[in-house]
Amino acid sequence: MTTTRDAAPAPEALRTDADLAVHLLRLGDDALVLGQRLCQWITRAPTIEEDLALSNIALDLVGHARTLLTLSGRLDGTGRTEDDLAFTRADREFTNALLTELPNGDFAVTVARQLAYTHYAVLYYEALAAGCADAELAGFGARAAKEVAFHRLHADNWTRRLGLGTPESARRMQAGLDRVWPYTAELFDEDDVLRRLAAAGTVPSPAPSRPLWEQRVSEVVTRAGLTVPEPRWQARGGRAGLHTEEFGPLVAELQSVRRQFPGGTW
Amino acid sequence: MSSTSTEREGAPASWEVFLRPRRGLAHQHMGSVRADDAAMALGRARDLYIRRGDPLSLWVVRSDAVHAVSPDERDPYFSNARHKPYRYPEQYAPLTGQFTEFREEGRDDDHHP
Amino acid sequence: MRVPRQYVRDPGDEPPAAQDELLAHFDTLIASGETVEPRDWMPDGYRRMLLRQIAQHAHSEIIGMQPEGAWLTRAPSLHRKSVLIAKVQDEAGHGLYLYSAAETLGVDRADLLDALHRGRQRFAATFNHPALTWADTGAIAWLTDGAAVINQAPLCRTSYGPYARAMRRVCQEEAFHVRQGYDMMRALCEGTPEQKRMAQDAVDRWWLPAVALMFGPPDTEAAGAGGSDARTAALGASVSRRAIAWGIKHHTNDELRQRFVDSVVPQAERLGLTLPDPAIRWNEERGHYDFTPVDWETYRDALGDDTHWARQRIAHRRAAHEDGAWVREAAAAYAAREAVRSGTGGTGDAGDAGSTGGTGSTEESA
Repeated sequence: MTTTRDAAPAPEALRTDADLAVHLLRLGDDALVLGQRLCQWITRAPTIEEDLALSNIALDLVGHARTLLTLSGRLDGTGRTEDDLAFTRADREFTNALLTELPNGDFAVTVARQLAYTHYAVLYYEALAAGCADAELAGFGARAAKEVAFHRLHADNWTRRLGLGTPESARRMQAGLDRVWPYTAELFDEDDVLRRLAAAGTVPSPAPSRPLWEQRVSEVVTRAGLTVPEPRWQARGGRAGLHTEEFGPLVAELQSVRRQFPGGTW
Repeated sequence: MSSTSTEREGAPASWEVFLRPRRGLAHQHMGSVRADDAAMALGRARDLYIRRGDPLSLWVVRSDAVHAVSPDERDPYFSNARHKPYRYPEQYAPLTGQFTEFREEGRDDDHHP
Repeated sequence: MRVPRQYVRDPGDEPPAAQDELLAHFDTLIASGETVEPRDWMPDGYRRMLLRQIAQHAHSEIIGMQPEGAWLTRAPSLHRKSVLIAKVQDEAGHGLYLYSAAETLGVDRADLLDALHRGRQRFAATFNHPALTWADTGAIAWLTDGAAVINQAPLCRTSYGPYARAMRRVCQEEAFHVRQGYDMMRALCEGTPEQKRMAQDAVDRWWLPAVALMFGPPDTEAAGAGGSDARTAALGASVSRRAIAWGIKHHTNDELRQRFVDSVVPQAERLGLTLPDPAIRWNEERGHYDFTPVDWETYRDALGDDTHWARQRIAHRRAAHEDGAWVREAAAAYAAREAVRSGTGGTGDAGDAGSTGGTGSTEESA
C-alpha cells in the first residue's frame, strides 16, 4: 500500500497514504472496540463453551486491530505503534462505527451485533483480499475473512437457535435485532476518503457490498422466524469521533493501566 | 450390549470428538463436548480442541450412538487375541542372518510379543 | 441428557465374579502401572477420590478465570491483551477437558456445576484472593500456574486413563501460562520504579496462596509445626498415602511444595523480586531451600467459604449461569424441535448457514 519513502513521493501518493491511514484506523478501531466489548463477556457467558467461543472471537478481533493499527500508524507519518494508537488517543479520536461500541446487553443483543458485523466484515475483508493492490493488506484481508467467517457461523447458528428456540428467546432475539439495526448503515458509509481510495484502486469501498449484506442477513433472520427491522433513523457519527455516552467508560477502562504508569514498558 | 443412560431434562447431549491432527494419521479420539445439536457440537469441538495446531478434519458423534462391549462380554470378545503366538513374525526364523541365531525356546511363549 | 453409556456400568454389567477377584485384578493393574479405564471395575473409594479431585480441579480452572478475566479489558498493551485472552480461554478449555474426564466416571457435568454453584464441591481457595492490580495477573501466572504445573505434571501419569489424558493436554498448554507470566513480571521489573513496586506488591500477596494452597494441606509429619497443624498433617498424610497407593498421586503435597520453592527462588532472584518469607535460604545439607512451614489452620480459617471473595467468586459464577438459563433453554428447545422435524434424533442442521456463502461444515462425513 505504500512505497518506501526514500525518494520524494508525489503529492497524490502522500494523499493516498494519509487516506489509507484514516481508513485502516477505522477498520482497526472497529475490531478493537468490538473485541473490547466481547472481553466483557468472558466469565459471564451463558455456558462455559460460550466463554470459550466469545474469547476466541475477541482474540481474533484484537489480532485484526493490531495489524490494522500498525499499518495505519506506519502510513500516517507519525510513526505511532499499535499501542500508541490504542492507548494514547482520546475518545474523540477513535473512529469505530457506533455499532461496535454498543453495550453488550443480553446475549441476544450481542448475537445481533455479531450477526450484523460479521456479515459485513466477511464481505469487506474478502473484497480487500481480491481488490487490494498491496500484497500485505490483501494477505491480511484473506486471513481475516476466514477467521470472521467462523465468527459469522457462530452468529448465524445462535440467531437461528434463539429465533426458533422458546418464545422468550425469540422475543429477546427480535429485540436485539431492533436494538442494533439502526447502527448498521454506518458500516457501509462512503465519504471522500473512501471515494478517493476506491477511485485510485487502492482499496475497495464497503458501499457496494450493502445489497448482498442485506440479502444474506435477511435470509438468516427470516429463516430464524424473525423480522428484519426497518429502522426509521440511522445512527452515524463514529467515523467522525462522535460516539455514544457509553463509549467513554469503555475507553477509560481500556487505557487505565497504561495511563497510570507513564513511561512504562509492558 | 448395555444400554443404560441417565436422562436429565434440559441439559445438552454429549458428543465424542475425533480429530485428524495431520496428514497420514487416522482420526483420533480427543474427548467430548456438550451441545444440543451437531452444528453447535462442531463449533464447540473446534473451540475446545483446536486452539493450537493445524488439524485437517473434525468429526463429532453423539456419545449415545457409540455401542460398546460390556465388561461381562469382554472375555469372549478379546481373549481370542492372545495365546496364538504363531500370528507374530518373531516366532519364525529370520529372513537374514544365521539360522543358528534363532532361538527356538520362545516359540511356544504365551506372551504377546 | 445422557451420561454416555459406554462409560456407565449398570447392575447387569457386573460380572459374576467375587469382589476379591475384581479387587485383585484392579490392584494388579495399578501395581503394573497400567491405566484404569472407564468401564473397568474400581473400588468405590477410588472412584470417589478421583471424582472429588477431578471435580475440584475442574472447578478451580473455571473459578480461576475470574481474577484474570477481570483484567482482560485493562491489559496495558494489545500483545498482553491477546496473551491474557488466550490464557483465560485455555482455563475454560481445561475446565471442560476435566469435566469431560469426570463424566467418564458416570456423573453428569450439569450436576458438577450445580454442586459448585451450591458450594457442595470446592475449588482451590487460592482464587479466593482478589487480583488487585495488573501485576497480579503476572504473579498469578508465574506463581500460581507455576505451582499448578509442578502439581500437575505427575498427574499426566495418574492411574485413571481419561484423567491422565486430559492432564497431558492441560500440562502442554500450561507451560505457556507460566512462561508468559514470568515474562510479564520481567517486563515490569525492567520498567519504571512504579512498575517494579507493583510487581513486588503482587508477589507479596500471591506467594502464600501459591505455596500453601496450590499444594493442599501439609501431609508429612516433618512439615507440621505441632498442635492442630500436626493433626492436619497426620490426616493429610493418610489421604496422600491412599492416593499414592492407588496411583492417583505420585508424590506427597509437601514434596511437590518443596520442588516448587526450589524452582521459584532462583527465578525470583533473577527478576530482582523478594519472596515474602525471611526463612528462605539454601540448605546445603538437604540440597533444598528451607522455607517457613505452612500454617495451614490459620490460613484455612482466613479463607473460609464465608469470606467476601469466596462468596463473590461463587456469586459471579451463579449469576452467569442463571442469566444464561434462557439461552440454554432456547438451544435445547431448538434441537428438540429440529430432531422431531428431521426425524434423525438430533443431527441438527450443520448446513443451516450454508446459504451465507458456504461457510458450513467442510468435514468429511464419518
